[in-house]
Amino acid sequence: MLNCYDATRLMSEKLDRPLGRLEKLNLRLHLFICKSCGHFDDHMQHLRLLTRSYAKGQGAAAVPPPDESESNVP
Amino acid sequence: MTDTPSAPEAASPAADRLSDPAFITALRRQMLKFATLQLSNPELAEDAVQEALIGAMKNAHSFAGQAAFKTWVFAILKNKIADTLRQRQRLVEASSLLHADEEDEDFTELFATHGHWQYDERPQAWGDPEGAVHNQHFWRVFEACLDHLPGQQARLFMMREFVEMETPEICRTLDITVSNLNVSLHRARLRLRECLEDRWFLSGEQAC
Repeated sequence: MLNCYDATRLMSEKLDRPLGRLEKLNLRLHLFICKSCGHFDDHMQHLRLLTRSYAKGQGAAAVPPPDESESNVP
Repeated sequence: MTDTPSAPEAASPAADRLSDPAFITALRRQMLKFATLQLSNPELAEDAVQEALIGAMKNAHSFAGQAAFKTWVFAILKNKIADTLRQRQRLVEASSLLHADEEDEDFTELFATHGHWQYDERPQAWGDPEGAVHNQHFWRVFEACLDHLPGQQARLFMMREFVEMETPEICRTLDITVSNLNVSLHRARLRLRECLEDRWFLSGEQAC
């Protein structure tokens, strides 16, 4: 039976390679009984999406430029 | 009618906004931050940003607005960064050896001896991860958490998640084993997850 540390390792590696059948089975069994690791699994997905948003310049969208260009056309 | 130099309708408002110095300044600052995080070398970062901006500006007229332009310019920047990382592989390899010790940490703060979560470190449900994308305070916290990663972990994490290089390519580029890479990525994700949870998702999701 996996402990939580090993489960988090598999949940991380899942983002980089397809897990083997036994790994998948062990992980599923662990997630079935461990709510905390279930949250961790969700967080890994969120972390990937957030990081890729950042890499598309979302963080830049967070700093809005002073938007005066629309009102005064020279 | 073909040679109207400044037809008011044809001059797209997008092009106007792209020449807005405030927009470009803010964008440039963000790009520089992004590139510096990954290259950890201000001069290389500056070069990559400059080239990406110049490249993107050539096609600026074809963008419908600032958001589309931003996505495009960051895509170019990511490619420049990937090129730079590949070129200076030996340099990175050498410097990563220097930092090997600092990253040989244990995670007993997070996990008890038998490998289960410490009681007060158990991951909790996150409130609104999708909403965070549109919150400028969130991105400040995000960058601060990235800054806290040890150097080599940060670099590997960004090659994988920002530049979206596949693991075999990262291993080839840096001449490291896949198990080393997996260990580093795991640690980086453990740290980042914890940092975001502590400093954002469980702290009211707003800057205090």
